[in-house]
Amino acid sequence: MGEQILSGDAGPVLEFRHRQSAHCESGVTSNLLRDAGRDVSEAMVFGVGSGLFFAYLPFLRIGSLPLTTYRTFPGAVFRKAALRLGAQIERRKFGTAAAAMDGLDAMLDQGQCVGCQTGVYWLPYFPSSMRFHFNAHHIVIYGRQGDEYLVSDPTLEHPVTISRRNLAKARFARGPLAPHGKMFWVSQTTATVDWRQAIMAGLRETCGAMRLPVPLVGWRGIRFLASRMAKWPQRLGAERASLCLGSVIRMQEEIGTGGGGFRFIFAAFLQEAADRLQEPRLAAMSERLTAVGDRWRDFALEASRFCKGRDDAVESTTELAAIIADCGERERGIFTELAAITRSLKVGQ
Amino acid sequence: MNRSEVPQSGGLYGDLREVAYAVDENGRYVLEPSLGWDAKGIANSQFWKTVEAAARAALAAVERGEAGPLLFYMTIYQMDVALLATYVSLPSWRVRRHLRPGAFARLKPALRQRYADVFDLPVEMLDHLPSDIQKFAEILQWANKF
Repeated sequence: MGEQILSGDAGPVLEFRHRQSAHCESGVTSNLLRDAGRDVSEAMVFGVGSGLFFAYLPFLRIGSLPLTTYRTFPGAVFRKAALRLGAQIERRKFGTAAAAMDGLDAMLDQGQCVGCQTGVYWLPYFPSSMRFHFNAHHIVIYGRQGDEYLVSDPTLEHPVTISRRNLAKARFARGPLAPHGKMFWVSQTTATVDWRQAIMAGLRETCGAMRLPVPLVGWRGIRFLASRMAKWPQRLGAERASLCLGSVIRMQEEIGTGGGGFRFIFAAFLQEAADRLQEPRLAAMSERLTAVGDRWRDFALEASRFCKGRDDAVESTTELAAIIADCGERERGIFTELAAITRSLKVGQ
Repeated sequence: MNRSEVPQSGGLYGDLREVAYAVDENGRYVLEPSLGWDAKGIANSQFWKTVEAAARAALAAVERGEAGPLLFYMTIYQMDVALLATYVSLPSWRVRRHLRPGAFARLKPALRQRYADVFDLPVEMLDHLPSDIQKFAEILQWANKF
């Protein structure tokens, strides 16, 4: 729990160490857990919280474009990571913005830093060129000075401030994934944590999700995206095909992914897990996943050149689809083997 | 991705640096600041181009008298009818009617205020197009950066 280092009429300012991270939700979770005395990195949170995923859901549209996701549903990483790392969490939603702000003030007055779900579009401290209607951005509020709130936004280098009015608006953004003023905090942590159990739980769930026998998710989803992408220009026309490609690139490389559609963050987790469990097989998996992340980035680069119509671009989306299919095939191998390793970890305990 | 390959070519976000996961000389993962790269810049400016095109179409529709200024404001706030409807807590069909020329001016003051609150603008501004169209100019600039 944060210690109050300043108080008075201006409002409480709690001690909170801001650390920049690649992904907002696992960054916030890691920062909150560390604040509560559980020293855990962002990558570890992402892995233990089973953040990695893939799904291509053409029937769900974002701004009329099919949804591609490289991660699990927002909020799940916080919940799962905290549970598996021996932390008790509390979450609250609100009916009105006024109640949400009063609830936040009460927590700060008690000396508790809280995480908030917000809509990026309404956060004025971002440059306007990155303000989209995306409602699952996570930040930590660690104090208040009059009407200004102190914000630790893990995607930024330094803490920032936001006015009460703007924060209220961001917490009550509407549309898909509307936050409804959601705030969350770590209320208690256990004395020790069973790292082996935590890591195994994270791995088991991710391996299961990536190998689900459903055509739209996991490595099968990647293969499905590849087969559809090859036909985009014929089915949708050149212009719309280009927009669909752009949307896949954005979901993969936008701020918060750590690059390569979260593959690098997960590879970092595997490396850390290998050290912690003295398990070199996990380190080998980390290297293989890093190579897949590089392939995903090859795709982003080639696809963006294709969208731009540059001379050095590939001829058709078939070649782009081939890169994606390769990623899918490699991830199939990685997660099959990783599942086997996870099972043997249990035996070796 | 190796540490030396972390892109620093600059994107749409000015000098804002994010961190990327990359592998150092010893094969260890480190967090490396990144200024962004072309692939992302192109994808983002493509998004802004669609916003720009929608804004231009809205502007033309308002000038031709086929829609009220509310359509233009909705578009530069990157909203569609469905999203704006959730913000003002009305069914979509009502918002669609309010987009018709003159319809917005005839609304009750309380309802007009609800729209103004969404956009953080004075109510009177929603009766006509902005004189400077500043936001519009900004969007144009992002759309053509890559």
